[in-house]
Amino acid sequence: MAMSPRKRAQVSRYIQYAILVVLLVVLAFLADWPLLREQFLNPDIVPKLFPEIITIALKNTILYTIGAFTFGLVLGLVLALMRLSSVGPYRWIATIVIEFFRGVPALIVFIAFQYGLPIAFGVLLPGGTLGTVTIALGLVGAAYMAETIRAGIQAVPKGQMEAARSLGMSSGRAMISIVIPQALRIVLPPLTNELILLTKDSSLVYVLGLSGATLELTAFGREGLNQYVNLTPLFAAALAYLLITIPLSIVVRRMEAHAERAR
Amino acid sequence: MEPSTTPTDVPAIDVQELHKYFGDNQVLTGIDFHVNKGEVVCVIGPSGSGKSTLLRCVNLLEQPTSGRIFVEGDEITDPDVDVDAIRSRIGMVFQQFNLFPHLTVLRNLTICQQRVKGRGKDESVEIARKNLEKVGLADREGAFPAHLSGGQQQRIAIARALSMDPDMMLFDEPTSALDPELVGDVLGVMKDLAREGMTMMVVTHEMGFAREVGDSLVFMDGGVIVERGAPRDVLETPQHERTQLFLSKVL
Repeated sequence: MAMSPRKRAQVSRYIQYAILVVLLVVLAFLADWPLLREQFLNPDIVPKLFPEIITIALKNTILYTIGAFTFGLVLGLVLALMRLSSVGPYRWIATIVIEFFRGVPALIVFIAFQYGLPIAFGVLLPGGTLGTVTIALGLVGAAYMAETIRAGIQAVPKGQMEAARSLGMSSGRAMISIVIPQALRIVLPPLTNELILLTKDSSLVYVLGLSGATLELTAFGREGLNQYVNLTPLFAAALAYLLITIPLSIVVRRMEAHAERAR
Repeated sequence: MEPSTTPTDVPAIDVQELHKYFGDNQVLTGIDFHVNKGEVVCVIGPSGSGKSTLLRCVNLLEQPTSGRIFVEGDEITDPDVDVDAIRSRIGMVFQQFNLFPHLTVLRNLTICQQRVKGRGKDESVEIARKNLEKVGLADREGAFPAHLSGGQQQRIAIARALSMDPDMMLFDEPTSALDPELVGDVLGVMKDLAREGMTMMVVTHEMGFAREVGDSLVFMDGGVIVERGAPRDVLETPQHERTQLFLSKVL
């Protein structure tokens, strides 16, 4: 049977649609809809989650993420500049810090700061839960962001530094006024991706032992799971994460499209 | 560092026995070169002849391997010299313009005045506007570089350098990256500058400009200065075979 290539592609596409439709129909018939609804979006439980899921859990997730991201961004910038330093020891220290915190699970970093520091040095990080999250998660974020920022700085054409120097700027001044602003613009999309990752990783704060006013989304969902013996609180928490991450994703996509056009 | 006691006698740029290596590759071999105050010296030569490297050595964008360079009598190759202070006296114009793309035209012209010269906002803006007017782009001060043509960008770059009140200007193939129809505007601005008595060192392929505006023409090849003389003489009656060969290809 002779089919033209275009005809063959068309038939192949129809078959793919058919498979999809069959799968959806089978799933729809097999699924126990009332049970799913009761377990994931239980109308008795949903109202009870408010307003705490917003005023405490979502607020704390955002707070922890912003703390970690801000600290991570500043430290990441410092590490990136150290990586590019002409002074050898600075480069080595930055490389060690970056490789360490990039290669170690964030969970271990959390445990080390919460339980390790008091045992080893008899001190706890200041600022309570927020302080610990900011430092612990910030260190992990900084390790990732440092490499991104370094790449961004190196992506700024060499002529920019030369032009600034030729106008009499010192290299530090030129870095701050000319190179870094352009580098940050280049790495804005990947940094926003890092912000999304940190938003999710902020859930690791549960190892600090949260309660009441320090609960964030995941811990809040788990608590609800235990209390109601139902998945609804956890599912609601998951939806709340999407409330943060999807807008960020859209922002990233916009920025990438914008950068594409500007090129 | 010897103070320049008699400024008029001291060359603006004085290069002595300059050698420059990139790794094992020798780019400049014992260059002796000077530019007098108010003089326009054009440097021509095939690519790879070391002409751009020589120019870049004059404000230490390239570090000379050996030799001495004096700018208005001050030795800039002295390790103790304040390079930033010397550089702010030397304007530089690049082949690729190198405007700061994240800043407006006006900010491109004021940022270094404020950060390096310590000028106030009003003063720096006034000087910037004066120089934008000079290059014929007073109406573009709010634009970003990406929205300007190459020729406009290069004229802005010249205005930016002028805003630092340099004693001399270095031009590194300023029209080589331009579309042919935009070259004239940039050369026009450079001509005006030369007429005002600006000391200029111009690495260029524009023989017409060299002939018309240059006081002196230098031909470089293989990391040495082959020939130097009045532009008309060098272009019309070149003394060296290498100069003749080069000119026969480009003219």
